[in-house]
Amino acid sequence: MKARDLERYAGLFASRTRVMKSSAMRDLMAITARPEVISLAGGLPDTSTFPPDTFAAVATRIAAEECAKALQYGPTEGLGETKECIAQVMEAEGMRADPQDVIVTTGGQQVLDLVTKTLIDPGDVVIAEGPTYPGAVPVFSSYQADVVQIDMDAEGMRVDLLEETLDRLERDGRRPKFVYTVPSFQNPAGVTLSLPRRRRLVEVAHERELLVLEDNPYGLLRYEGEPPPPLYSLDGGVYVMYLGTFSKILSPGIRLGWVVAPPPVIEKINLGKQAADLCTSTLSQLMVRAYFEQGRWRDYVDSLVELYRSRRDTMLDALADHFPPQAEWTRPGGGLFIWATLPEFIDTTDLLARALRDNVAFVPGEAAFLDGRGRSSMRLNFSGCDEQQIREGVRRIGEVVTEQVALYGTLTGRERPAAPQADSREPELARVLRLPRRAERARRAGGP
Amino acid sequence: MSRVSVLKGGRSLERQVSLRSGARVEDALERLGHQVVAIDVDLDLIARLREARPDLAFVALHGPDGEDGTVQELLEILGIPYTGSGVLACVRAMDKVLTKHLLLEAGLPTPEFFAFSQTAFRDLGAADALGAIEERLDFPIVVKPAGQGSALGIKFARTAADVPAALVAAFSYDSRVLLERHVEGRDLGVSLLAGEPLPVVEAVPRDEDFYDFEARYEIGRTDFLCPAELPAAVTERAQELALRVFELLGLYGFARVDLMLDSAGELYVLEANSIPGLTDTSLLPQAAEAAGIGFDELVGRMLELAAARAPA
Repeated sequence: MKARDLERYAGLFASRTRVMKSSAMRDLMAITARPEVISLAGGLPDTSTFPPDTFAAVATRIAAEECAKALQYGPTEGLGETKECIAQVMEAEGMRADPQDVIVTTGGQQVLDLVTKTLIDPGDVVIAEGPTYPGAVPVFSSYQADVVQIDMDAEGMRVDLLEETLDRLERDGRRPKFVYTVPSFQNPAGVTLSLPRRRRLVEVAHERELLVLEDNPYGLLRYEGEPPPPLYSLDGGVYVMYLGTFSKILSPGIRLGWVVAPPPVIEKINLGKQAADLCTSTLSQLMVRAYFEQGRWRDYVDSLVELYRSRRDTMLDALADHFPPQAEWTRPGGGLFIWATLPEFIDTTDLLARALRDNVAFVPGEAAFLDGRGRSSMRLNFSGCDEQQIREGVRRIGEVVTEQVALYGTLTGRERPAAPQADSREPELARVLRLPRRAERARRAGGP
Repeated sequence: MSRVSVLKGGRSLERQVSLRSGARVEDALERLGHQVVAIDVDLDLIARLREARPDLAFVALHGPDGEDGTVQELLEILGIPYTGSGVLACVRAMDKVLTKHLLLEAGLPTPEFFAFSQTAFRDLGAADALGAIEERLDFPIVVKPAGQGSALGIKFARTAADVPAALVAAFSYDSRVLLERHVEGRDLGVSLLAGEPLPVVEAVPRDEDFYDFEARYEIGRTDFLCPAELPAAVTERAQELALRVFELLGLYGFARVDLMLDSAGELYVLEANSIPGLTDTSLLPQAAEAAGIGFDELVGRMLELAAARAPA
């Protein structure tokens, strides 16, 4: 007998499932999976460039040397040899962690879940960036966290606003449990937290005895410039917990991430992980170890950097060519995403419905907020599609946006609804999350 | 028993809702002893129907293509009897503008409205008429796409300044939109089965200020009261009104008519749905349940009605 009827089970659900809701937006996103749709919505790395020979060699070696071990359970905290690989990745970003403080997890997403499970009672405050990683939203919701989002600009989270918020919460007698941040090439905004703000954020954490969860999946995917130090290295692992992942530098399919946290916290996380899944896949851990022993993991990351830099440039060019002057977007120095903001009269969830008719998709900005903001913004991914698709996808979205801008102009009796921004506007003056589009174009064309 | 193809999914924005409706229908049909072939509607629809050779098609699609007469037309061409209303009634019900004009002509109450196509703005300077509309409709007004079955794209305009953005949103879904006076009051749904009105359902949003698309399909966001707690005379009028709409549009088998009851006790027809949802939180199954008709029996009756209409 099939048993799909919800009412049979509705009375049995925990109250927390009430907030684990499906939504119109999620229903729309389900349509984006169709093959004819150019999806700039996903956050997918391009795994097609990974050499199948390497995969075969790694798998063959495990079969020959460690078959029984690969098929067996492992320790909850992860294999020592995997932690050595993690140490290499962290060292590449200027960090050193005691292997005792590291737990190997089933992807970075599990870290989010475990940290929230460890720290949050229903109603507790979590501080996040606004916009925040859309995948963190269901995690925070499922633990019934009260999420307070801090505005961002071109230098990342406004730490001054964070301090104001912390003061306000303190006056209300509320103490946030942790600050969740993606400081480098933030998902979805694409911006990077500046060094002064990194320093200040770590100071604030120390002053207020506040934990910070630094989520750093994209740090090594840097397309230009020098990396600022991670929060973890500035703090020395006292208040900053670190989330790393192999998803963007190797493969999301192997589901391997890690968390570094102070020993008392890591102990609790360990217990939480034991309950969740006993241990991370031993097979995946050994594959990573075998792969790292070939000694070429940095070469592969370098090849991804080349690939994604070129795709990012293609997307920036396409945006300049096809989006109307009223649109603005970030110019990320790394990572996978561009955040575009349209005039406020455009609702990007409605726009997605329209764009899907033209077989193109993006993530509506509301997915990155828990408070209904972000409705005129969108997240665009440039890592998962080839350049021809990026150009065509952006062209299609631009056409729909242009159509809506023109319609709005007609409706309000203003053919040109917003005055173009002054070309002389300095990015540092702008101090906004988005760069002026006309300035961008003028710069590329060598003049206005 | 019969071979039944359940048509579900498709490309509509209501795809997920349709998949949920379809899954429940499949289960019910199997429990009733029918042979079920589920078809997620796509480019190969005709080929799959020819291969399946069903005695009947159960149309569990929502939104454009499934609910607007398109699929019904194809089923007519293939000579496959199907559940629910025929092509013409689907066309009338899917198009809110057409529905409302028919209601006006028949003297049935519906909130005052004006409808526009995108070309009216683009080619005929209709924006110049917006001021006149704003004078004639009291705010807030509701702006809706003409042919979207769900609440997607429906926006409130509290002042004249909200109207242009609301129109832009509505035009994301359809090339025609309508601006309608907002009736403040209670949100009622009257479902009909075999031309008989079922108990009235009232949708009471829990904390939203607008009964939105998301709340409609979620347990926990909206409370459904069935039968709605209404004076007997109001219930009777609502059911009678729904029946007149059903007949006026030429609907067949089953349907749902959405009404508003204002504080003065006046009823207004908002729209009719030729293929209302059949999910766990949908109004038609709840209304049937309140009338003592379980889901399996409901699905069975829908199928019988389809067979009864089929040419011998």
